[in-house]
Amino acid sequence: MAYRKPTLAVHKFASCDGCQLTLLDCEDELLAVLDAIEIAYFVEATRATADGPYDVSLVEGSITTPADADRIRRVREKSRVLITIGACATSGGIQALRNARDVGQLASAVYPHPDYLDVLDQSTPIAAHVPVDFELRGCPIDKGQLLEVISAFVLARRPCIPTYSVCVECKSSGAVCTMVARGTPCLGPVTQAGCGALCPRMNRGCYGCFGPMEDPRTGPLSAWWEEELAQPRDRIVRAYRTFNVASPAFASAVDSLEDSE
Amino acid sequence: MKSPKARFEKSGKTRTFQVEYLARVEGEGALHVTLEGDRVEDVQLRIFEPPRFFEGFLQGRSALEAPDITARICGICPVAYQMSSCHAIEAALGIRLEGPLRDLRRLLYCGEWIESHTLHVYMLHAPDFLGCEGAVDLARAHPEAMQRGLALKKAGNAIVAAIGGREIHPVNVRVGGFYRVPTRAELDPLYATLEHARELALETVRWVAGFDFPELEPDYEWVAMQHADEYPMNEGRLVSNRGLDIEPREFEQHVIEEHVAYTNALQGSLRERGSYMVGPQARYALNFERLTPLARSTAQEVGLGAVCRNPFRSIIVRAIEVLHACDEALAILDRYQRPRAAAVEVELRAGEGMAFTEAPRGVLYHRYVLDAEGRIEKAVIVPPTSQNQRQIEVDLHALISEYVRLPERELAHRCEQAIRNYDPCISCATHFLKLEVERR
Repeated sequence: MAYRKPTLAVHKFASCDGCQLTLLDCEDELLAVLDAIEIAYFVEATRATADGPYDVSLVEGSITTPADADRIRRVREKSRVLITIGACATSGGIQALRNARDVGQLASAVYPHPDYLDVLDQSTPIAAHVPVDFELRGCPIDKGQLLEVISAFVLARRPCIPTYSVCVECKSSGAVCTMVARGTPCLGPVTQAGCGALCPRMNRGCYGCFGPMEDPRTGPLSAWWEEELAQPRDRIVRAYRTFNVASPAFASAVDSLEDSE
Repeated sequence: MKSPKARFEKSGKTRTFQVEYLARVEGEGALHVTLEGDRVEDVQLRIFEPPRFFEGFLQGRSALEAPDITARICGICPVAYQMSSCHAIEAALGIRLEGPLRDLRRLLYCGEWIESHTLHVYMLHAPDFLGCEGAVDLARAHPEAMQRGLALKKAGNAIVAAIGGREIHPVNVRVGGFYRVPTRAELDPLYATLEHARELALETVRWVAGFDFPELEPDYEWVAMQHADEYPMNEGRLVSNRGLDIEPREFEQHVIEEHVAYTNALQGSLRERGSYMVGPQARYALNFERLTPLARSTAQEVGLGAVCRNPFRSIIVRAIEVLHACDEALAILDRYQRPRAAAVEVELRAGEGMAFTEAPRGVLYHRYVLDAEGRIEKAVIVPPTSQNQRQIEVDLHALISEYVRLPERELAHRCEQAIRNYDPCISCATHFLKLEVERR
């Protein structure tokens, strides 16, 4: 049978475009990627589109409107493999901060005519709507991890994406622990690796943009921030409530802090 | 493979056409046009990118969080959001950055201009002039050009990553400066990268200047920042060719934002004057004398005057700005001495601060009201694309009137190109496009 290049589609929902831009930011690898796969749908890069079905769909962004809730079902039907890219698609993103607020009141804080908007109360991850084959973390995703995931699915193998914490990357890079040495509040112990421990290496604490690691122990970390680093509780709550606010592990970390008040 | 859906309908003398999903723009939008015979009745640029309510959920957050949070409005120009938010909050707190810290911000911004403009020039805009559908077939048809573009874009990204830690949503920017300032030795490798990039930028200007451009020369009101002795990025007053000359705190008295039913982005216009253009062409027209000598002479070499009215030629202006940014970045690298402190001391208190800076797509305004603990009580953000939105409609009106007898598919395609002239960032503007034409 003649070899057919696998087809790749990139779909956008509520997002900043940064994760799909990561694909175009693979300056050294982009031409090789274009050799290996057929870009079937990627409206940020080309007006030529194919209807599908697609071998692999990359989905960026969260679901925030009734129309998008319908569209993601159609994307799923047309995709053999569906991979979410980034914090919005994987946990609802920063815009999930609306979930705990009255969306009508938020809309009127920004728009003079909120009645012109047709939006859902909640910003939800793709997996809340359709089955997802793989979730790639990060706000934004990491270039190397994106290439690894695309290669893995094209070659029909498991992607090699670690689920351990930023601490592991930080130690292996030889960086000094910013929380121990400088007393900088850091989410590294509960955040999934993938960024290369960027923030600690820049003398700042990790701010959790890759979301919770597998089985994070947020309780002891919150206690450490509060007792050893003298962080006020609202500061700790805000740290969890940022780019992955709706991820279950960070949401429950917030609940425990608020319950014990 | 097929091109974007353009739908054409006719009832009596009324014709409509629509481009349902604008390609090669950042975000989601569409265009709806109504024609009465050959007269253009209405042009609506519809942004259906879902609103994300950033100004709403900034309320109650610490002012120190604003640079990281607002960066997420746009993955293409996160540095612009970080810069405008830092400057606005610093204005509220009475902080001013000088010397190497100020230089490092400018260097970081040069990186973003190079990266963002090159993305637009090569991957989004050039395909229109070369009969390509996009970056993918451009890479096949013109591999050397694409390789040049990728190398140039990579140089811009290398600056952002060297200072910011990563290309998208850099982690090193904070109110008052940076978390960590690079050593001279860490920045040294950029020198050779940028010298090469400057050559590539020069080739880029010559390459795009050779394209064929449709005729269109509207009489714009250009709005851009102006600084006494720099091409504007972080600091300056906001001026126009029709007498606007204001400080950040006067911005909202002059620019009004309206919410129109068909779009999820607020439309900006100047009080009592209407639409205006921000972005590379406006900056260039108002600041030609402040370009580096090489950028100026290259503009003259390719026949670009000190003012360029044709919006299709914006691709040349972007390439000139990339050349300028490479030059500037090299000058900053030349004089860089690592400052002793990575940031100035920041003391949170109540206050109100406004700032605008020049994002790649044009002036980006932020205002914050802070309470006594430095928490954000109110945030106002006016991105460049929402300011250009009405001007894009005015351009389309003129363009369609001129080319109304073209076959509809061609007309629709030309409209798409006219929109891409602005490099619209729809993710920013909702905080772009389907084409629909209605003929009556």
